[in-house]
Order: sequence, then C-alpha cells, then structure tokens
Amino acid sequence: MIVLAFLAQTLRIAIPYLFAAAGGVMSERAGLIALTLEGYMLGGAFGAAVGSYYSGSPVVGVLCGMIAGGLLALLYATAAQKFRANQVVTGVAINLLVIGLTRFFLRLLFDSSSNSPRVPGFTLAETGSGFVALAVNPLVWLGVLALVLVGWLLARTAFGLRVRAVGEHPEAAATVGVRVARTRYYAVTLSGVLAALGGVYLALDQHQFTDQMTAGRGFIALAATIFGRWAPRRVAIACLLFAAAETLQIQLQGTRALPSQFVEMIPYVLTIVALAGVVGRAVPPAALGREEPA
Amino acid sequence: MTEPIPPLAVSSNQPRGAAALAVRMRDVAKIFGSVVANRGASLEVARGEIHALVGENGAGKSTLMRILAGTYAPNGGTVDVADASGQLRDVTGWDTGQAIDAGVGMVHQHFMLVPPLTVAENVVLGREPRNGPVLDRDAAIRAVRELSERTGLAVHADRPVAELSVGEAQRVEILKTLYRGARILILDEPTAVLSPIEVRQLWDVLRTLRAQGGTIVLITHKLDEVMDVSDTITVMRAGETVARMRTRDTSPREIARAMVGREVTLVDDLSLAATRGAGVRERGDAGVRERGGLLLELRDLRVDTPRRRSVVDGVGFGIAAGEILGIAGVEGNGQTELVEAIAGLTAVASGSIRLGGDEIGGLSVRARGDAGLSHVPEDRHRRGLVLDYSIADNLILGRQHHFGGLRLDADRILEHARQHIVEFDIRPTDPALPARALSGGNQQKIVIAREMGRDFRVLLASQPTRGVDVGAIEFIHDRIRRARDEGKAVLLVSADLAEILALSDRIAVMYGGRIAALMPRSEASAESLGPYMTGAAGERAA
Amino acid sequence: MTGTEAIVPPAPPTSAQPDSAPPVRAGRVTEALLPPLVAILIALVVGDLLILTFGQSPAEVYRVLLAGTWGNAYGIGQVLYKATTLTFTGLAVALGIRAGLFNIGAEGQLAAGGFVAAVIGLLVPAATPGVVAALVCTLGAAGGGGVVGAVPGVLRARFGAHEVITTIMLNFVVLALLGWIVSAHLHVPESLHTPEIRSGAVTRLSDIFPVFHGSAANLTLLLALAAAAGVGWYLFRTRRGYELRAVGLQPDAAEYGGVDVAGVRWRALALSGALAGLGGVNFVLGYKHYYEEGFATGAGFLGIAVALVGRNNPWGVVVAALLFATLSQGGLAVNALVPKQMVEVLQAVVILAVATAVPSVRHAVRTAAAGLVRTGAKRS
Repeated sequence: MIVLAFLAQTLRIAIPYLFAAAGGVMSERAGLIALTLEGYMLGGAFGAAVGSYYSGSPVVGVLCGMIAGGLLALLYATAAQKFRANQVVTGVAINLLVIGLTRFFLRLLFDSSSNSPRVPGFTLAETGSGFVALAVNPLVWLGVLALVLVGWLLARTAFGLRVRAVGEHPEAAATVGVRVARTRYYAVTLSGVLAALGGVYLALDQHQFTDQMTAGRGFIALAATIFGRWAPRRVAIACLLFAAAETLQIQLQGTRALPSQFVEMIPYVLTIVALAGVVGRAVPPAALGREEPA
Repeated sequence: MTEPIPPLAVSSNQPRGAAALAVRMRDVAKIFGSVVANRGASLEVARGEIHALVGENGAGKSTLMRILAGTYAPNGGTVDVADASGQLRDVTGWDTGQAIDAGVGMVHQHFMLVPPLTVAENVVLGREPRNGPVLDRDAAIRAVRELSERTGLAVHADRPVAELSVGEAQRVEILKTLYRGARILILDEPTAVLSPIEVRQLWDVLRTLRAQGGTIVLITHKLDEVMDVSDTITVMRAGETVARMRTRDTSPREIARAMVGREVTLVDDLSLAATRGAGVRERGDAGVRERGGLLLELRDLRVDTPRRRSVVDGVGFGIAAGEILGIAGVEGNGQTELVEAIAGLTAVASGSIRLGGDEIGGLSVRARGDAGLSHVPEDRHRRGLVLDYSIADNLILGRQHHFGGLRLDADRILEHARQHIVEFDIRPTDPALPARALSGGNQQKIVIAREMGRDFRVLLASQPTRGVDVGAIEFIHDRIRRARDEGKAVLLVSADLAEILALSDRIAVMYGGRIAALMPRSEASAESLGPYMTGAAGERAA
Repeated sequence: MTGTEAIVPPAPPTSAQPDSAPPVRAGRVTEALLPPLVAILIALVVGDLLILTFGQSPAEVYRVLLAGTWGNAYGIGQVLYKATTLTFTGLAVALGIRAGLFNIGAEGQLAAGGFVAAVIGLLVPAATPGVVAALVCTLGAAGGGGVVGAVPGVLRARFGAHEVITTIMLNFVVLALLGWIVSAHLHVPESLHTPEIRSGAVTRLSDIFPVFHGSAANLTLLLALAAAAGVGWYLFRTRRGYELRAVGLQPDAAEYGGVDVAGVRWRALALSGALAGLGGVNFVLGYKHYYEEGFATGAGFLGIAVALVGRNNPWGVVVAALLFATLSQGGLAVNALVPKQMVEVLQAVVILAVATAVPSVRHAVRTAAAGLVRTGAKRS
C-alpha cells in the first residue's frame, strides 16, 4: 500500500509538470523559448477558477483556463514572431504580467489579495487522495496523454514535421513554402493551452485559486523539457522523476532525513548538469531563441 | 520603374522568336535598405533550354532569381512565367508558395535543408503526402526513390541530411524542387562546393532534365561552366542586365567584357587564356626579383575539426621574404582550416608553424599578431570586422592592446584612423561611422588597412577580393604586390584561379587537406592546375 | 555625409567617437529613446483601462501616484531606495547583454550578495570601525554575487551550456541553498532572517537629512551611481570593455582580434553577478541590517526590465530604475483607490512594449533614413 500511495502521490504531483512540459516541448521544438510556461499555468489556473466559480461547472473552468493559456501564448508568439521581440525579455514580461493581472482581478472579482472562494472541481470529497481520486479526474487522464499527444504530433503528422523544420531551420522551411510564422503561432498557442491545463489541474484540484499558486512549477517543467532533451518520452520520464523526488521528500518530511531545500534543487541541478554535457549533452533545436532578422 | 530601361548590349545573334518563353522578367528593380541590388534587370528564358545567368560577385544575379522564385518581391518591373499550357502570366510579387505551385524551383547557394530531418522528410516538407493529418512516410520514401531513378540523382531516402556529403545534399535540393513539380529549375552557383566528378554528374542530370522538357537557369560566374553546359547566356553587371547571347555564337572573352563593362585587364585575361587553353603570359619580373630567407614555414601540419579528422593533412611548405605563395583549389579542401590554424584560430593536431624561424604554433592569436603575422580573413562580415563598431574601432581590432593598457587612448585611435582612411582611401571618410554603413569594397579596405598598414612580416590573405567591386580589387591586388616587393611573405588563398595566377610567385594546389601540387608560377596554368584541383592527377611536389 | 544614419547600429551615444557626425547621433538617439517613450504611452493607456475597470478616475489615480512618490520626502526616499537595488540588478543585466549574455539570475546573485554581506557583518568584531566593516561587507557582497555569476559563466565558457537556462536554474538552487542555511543554522527563532550585523551599517539618508525620516534610502545609492559610472567607463573607455562589447556583437570577430572569448564571457558573467550582489548592500547594510529570505524577490526580473528600458546604457539604467521604482512605490500610494497590483501589470506592459518596439523602431528609423540615400548607392 505504501508503494501504491507513493505512486499515486507521484502521479498527482507529476500531472501539472506533464501538461506544462508538453507545452514546453511544443514551443521549443518550434523555436520559441518556453520561459512563459509559468505564466501560462498561472493564467490557466486563474481562468479555471473564474470559469468554474461563475458557471458552477468545472468543464467550463477547464475551457476558460485553456482559453487564458492560449491567449497568453498568442501574445508571446505575436511579440516574438511579428515584432521580433527578444524571447527571453518577452517571456519574463509575460510571467510578470500574469502575476499582476491575476492579482488585480483577484481583487476586482473576489475582493481578496490571496485567494478565490471555493470552486467546483472534478474530485469528490469521499474518494480521498489515492488512485481512485485520480481516476475520476479527467484531467489526470489528459495529463498522462499530453506528452504522448505531443510526441505523436511531432513524429507522425505533417504539422509536426513542419514544427520540427521551423525550429531547426526556419529559412529552409520558408523556401519550400512552409509558413514559418503561422506554424509557430499554432505550435505556441497549443503549448499555451497545454501548459495552462497544468494550472487548471492545480486550481480545480485545490478547489480554489491562490496567489502565485504555480510556485515555480512552470520552471520545473522547463527544466524537465531540457533535461529530457526535447524528446517527449524522455521529458515525460524527467517529469515523473522530479515528481518522485518531491514525493519522497514529502514522505520523509517527518524524519528530517533530507532538508526539503535539497529536493527542491534536484530538477535544477540535474538540468544544469545536463546542459553542461556531463551526462549526454543536451543540444537544443538549432533555431531556438533566435531573433528573426529584420 | 524609376529609371528607363537601359538598352541591351545585345549581340547580333540575339536569340529570339521561335522558341516559346518560359520566363520573362522586365525592368526589375530591388532595393535593400540603401543598397540597390537590381535595377532595370531583364531576363528571357526559352522553354527547354539551359540558360546561364552570369556576372561578377554582387552583380545582382541571385537577387533577380530570388525574385523569380518568390523569395523577394521586386520594387519595380514585371515578372511573367509560363503556366503549364505555355501561356505567359504576370506573376510579379508572388511568394515562394505560389512560385512552387507554378513549377518554379530554386536550389540556393547555401543549402536550404533541415539537418536533423531525413532526406525524404526534407524532400516532402511543405507538400507532405498524408492520410488526414498523418504524414505518409512510406509514400514520401517511395516518391523520393521514383524521382531518384528517373533523373539519376542518387540519394538515401531515409538518412538524416546532417550525415550527407555536400554533393548528396545538393542532389536532395534538386529532388526537392522536382518533387514539387518544378518545370523551371534555378541553380545558384551549384558547382562552388562540388568535386569535378560531381560537377560532371550534375551536368548529366541537367541535360537529362532538359531532355525531359525542363527549363534550367544556372547562376554562375565561371565561364568554363557557361561554355560547357549552357544554351543561352544573360550577363548582368551592377544590378542591370547588360547582354544576351547564344552560347555557341560567343566567346569567353566577349562574355567577360560584358561582365566587367570594359576591355578586361590582367586577371580576366589570364582566366580567359586559361579557359581557352591558350598559353599564359608570364609576368615579367617574377623570376628576376631576389628572395630572402623563409619567413613562414609549415611542417607536417595537421588539423582536426569536431566533424572531420585531418581536414588539413600533413601540409608543409615555406614562403620566403618577398614571395607570394598562392593556394588554389576547390573550396572546402582544407584551405580555410589551414589559414585559421596558422592564424591561431583553429587548434593544430600536430606539426609546426614557424614565423621568421620562431615556432608560433603554441602562441595565442594576439601573440602571433605581435610576432608579425597579419591576417585578412575570408569572411569580413563574420570575422574581419565588428560591423557595429566604428571604422576607427575596427582599425585597431587585434591591436587594441597597443592603444592603451587599461584605458584606450581615444585620441591615438582617432589619429590612427585618420591616417589609415587617407592612405587606404576608405570612403566615406568619417572615422565614427559604423563599418556596417560602408560598401563591401570599403569594408574590405578597412581590413586591408588594419592588417597591412602596420609593421608585419607575414600576410595571410584569404579570399581578399571576394564580394568587392572592381576598383577595390585592383587596389587590393596592388597592395598585396607592394607588400611582396617590400620583402613580406604572403600566403594568398583564393577560390578565384585567375587571382592566384595573377599574383602568385609560386602556386600550391590543395585537395583533400593535402598539398596536391606545388610549382613555380611559370609552370602553372589553369590547364596544368586543373587536374590537381580535382584530385585527378595524384600529388606532385615542386 | 548623405544619410549615413540609415545603417546606424543600436549603440548608445556614449560609444560614439568624439567627432561623431550630428545625423548619426540623431539616428542613434531616436533609436534609443523612442521605444521607452512609446512603451510608457502604451502603459498609460493600459493603466487607464485598468483604473476605469475599477471604477476610478485615471487622472486622480495618477495624481495620487505622483504625490505619493515624488510629492513628499518620504516618498522620494522610498523611490530612491528601491531604485538603488534596481540600478544594481539593471547594471548587472546590461553588462551581460553587452557581452552577448543574458543573465536572468540576478535575483539569486543579489540574494547571495546580501547573504555574504550579512554573514561577514555577523563575524566582524563589534568594535570594528563602521567604515571598515561596511567596506569588507560590500566586498563580500560583490564576491558572493560574483561567485554565483561565475558558475554559469564557467559553464558557458567551458561547456557551452546556455546561460539563459543555467542562470535561471541557478536562481532556484541558490535561493534553496540559502534558505536551508538560514533555516537550519542562522535564523533568529520565529523569523526568516539572520541576526543583526555587529558593525558596518550604512548611513541612512534620514540621518543626514531628517526630512527623509522613515524611508529606507541610504548612502548605498551613491555606490549605485558610482557603479553606473564605473560600468560606463569600463565598457566604453577601457580595452577590456572594447573586447567585451566585441564579444557581445560578434564573437568570431573578437576571437580573430585576439580576444579570449571564453575568458571574456565568464568574467563578464562574474562581473555581472558581482554588480547584482552589490545590490544586497542596500538591503542588508542600509536598511534591515540582516539577511532575510525573499528580500531579493522580483528584483532580478525587474533588472531585466530596467536594462531593457535603459537600453543597456549605464545612465539609461539609472533613469529606468527610477521609473520602475516610482511605479513600485506608487502602487502602494494608490492602493486605496485601485489594487496596487495594477502597477505590476503596468511594469510588465512597459517591458512588453519596449521589447516589441525596439526592433520595430530600429527597422523604421533605418528604412526612413535609407530612403534618403538610395541615389548613388552601389552594390559591391
């Protein structure tokens, strides 16, 4: 039972990572740095809380969250693609924008500086926190499938081929009539929707939105994207690995065997090590982060 | 349409009439920022011919063809292309997608392939065979194999492009356009990167395509290729079309005259003579001048790059004071790595480099410069200049430590700039202008001024006149000769055989990372060097 | 001199040679100043919309915002205090960008700087003269930030690991590590901060001018101005600066010019980290006299904004830091009328607008000027 509980807990923690990292893979494979994952997630969480609160239906919440993430991603893609803005700066700005906007509207809509009222979610109170609770939540299933979907898209579809091409060599793609900007808009918007679902899951799981509730999960997802070397299967493993470490830390919390801060560091340290090439060098898509020539 | 169409200097045997046109471009203008790439450019290509578009570097050939292929929209003029029924239609300002749909395909000078994708994926990209949204990979591979068999373009359909040789990559490029149903194929300087055998194979493929009804436009500045394979010729100069002629009715000399706009001087004469197989005139003073001791000496130099081992494979030679050693060869045979290794920009695997008798192989770039090594790099936009730095700041690049220890001496830098701007005739003359604002020739003069306007013993000059206007070419050649006459040792590397023949005292040929031949200028001609450049003649030492 | 401004680079006026021609300057100034001005205009419009959403009058809100910042000595003091930290992180980011490196780890470097300063302040004997202690703590702050900056620098120089990712990842590592040290070993019970330093406190502005009473502004702001002047001098007057900028603009050309590119890169990131670390002095020595978890939060990202709006020019950074500090402080002032979070949105809008306007303005300026020089232009 302990093993099962451990796995259930790991999966529960991993779902937001899986969603956001799926978005990360999609965006970065198309050539746009995914520093914005945190913002998409937070926006998605807020959208979900608002939608679910006003409609009383978590499904509407999911849709609102997806729309929020999609719009933010569209904003990012427009700035980076159409206006050739620096992707790092734009990414940072969008994250700050989402923090500000969610706080502003938290005050405006719910007159609170910390959290929304309780909103309907998918989980039922009686099912507890084991696998049963996870199994009745459609978002869990979606989360498990997110990276599978992205992997299939990239490897098997014509759209995926184009995404890989514009992320590696946009000029070459353009010369054969691939519409680079449009392909990137699609890929990045999809990445926003996917990552937002990670935030949606958090908000609906906790039945409320709280200020900055994503708490850096977007960056852990980015770490997983890089640590998994932009390949969906490896990225999924990275997400599960990071989640398992967190679970372990939570389980060991009483024993004080391992300070929580050290577990917090794991994804980041691993990613730095991976980038430095100590264990199999991580080589990003060739056009990643490149500013479009004027 | 800001200017009147210049009258074409058409030869009497102008091809006209009977043959139906595949392409008609009239009075095309294209401006990039402050640079006029095309004005009054025209082109008429008949269906089923191989048409050579010739002109010097920067004559606007590539730009004109990119307009035809939809990469750029022209600022003026009209473009008509025949549709499948042979009817000319106005397509001015179309985009790549439309051009491809209409059967116009372009193979770029720099390959437009996505390295991690497979050959088949590259070929079908943008026109993928699919079942719904799913890519039909089998169909893609089948299509590539069929095309490959029909045209003789041999490729491995399922290998990543990153693993291919240059020649194979080019075949993939041609397949790409054919897969898209290209009836009009544009090739931009296709032979620059090919071995002679690959060039012959390419000509065969082009003739096959012509026989199957295809129309081909070949951009080149190599006259032997023009004579070899084309049916008709259009000559461009400074962005304009200046002549049209039928290949069988013209001569390289006539083409060259049209290319440069006047009776051609030394360089072109030599190249003409070379192409014609006539004897080469010997420069009078070459054998007479006295030479000093060896200033640059290489022994068994080897260079590995991350991608390839032995890119430079046991190269050894010496250059005496007062001597120009020219290295000829098809690009990509190790010349770049050789020069960069001598300059200290690429690590040496083994071997020795001596400058005036002292080993410099272990020294930093800066220390080599201080030891008297000057270097005109082959790519001034990437290496030779910081484009956003002022002329004055660029004139001290590599020498900045002589203009102050901690604080740079702005007055001295300015004074230094003023002197060099005058001496090397750099225009405009404002030292505060960024190098980016200057023409190619004047940018190169900054590099020349910096490297030759100081005390040095050995000059590495790599492609010193590439992309430079005619006036600047003469100026630069003159400076290189003067350096030689002042007792410097010069290593000249150029893809332009005529330039090598015009300047060198001795000539080496590099092939496959080795010195395939080394001979005195008097024994060298395009004819005699050719077999070594192509690897057809084994090796020979001087 | 016909219209050469067409192709002028985005370099700031300070890099121009002494006899720089007026049209060149004009083009450069337009390119440098237009984007921030456009951005502020856009931010004002967005601000109006948000204020109206909340049912307030924009004019009134902006009046209160200005009154609460530049309208009284306390407000000015608070703006100066916040601008001091932002100047350091802004300079850190700007210096990195000049070397072609994106340091988005200023937050961790700032925290490390503050932490080291606080620890040194704890370790010095209480009898140490304040000036000496402050000096040692300041050097420690620079060292702490510098070490954190040097790590991604070395990773970039040695392994080619991209600094955008390593700096941001290192933020989390450093913050977690410091969090652990403080919580496990150094904290004052029931708090998240270390004990107070024994010596080395920097004089408050209010100690000299009582009118600033209550504000946190302190003499670290002079250090910030000195740092701006120093960075400007280093970048545009010294050989190292010449080489650093060359690496940032064209690493291959710098290498050709005998510059040790890898060395410049890691030194630039170490220096960048040291500048960010110095910002810790403002909080630790100048304000609270201890290290507290979270004091650096947001200052790193805002440093990017400050560098961007300041166009990577040291004095531009100072001005931009004042702008962002005014917004931060102004948010508190208007909180009674509209949520203070409005200014966070405005800050983000300013960054977004500048980031999108910079390439567009550069393009527009060059195209417009290019129109003047077409005649006679020759392609070679």
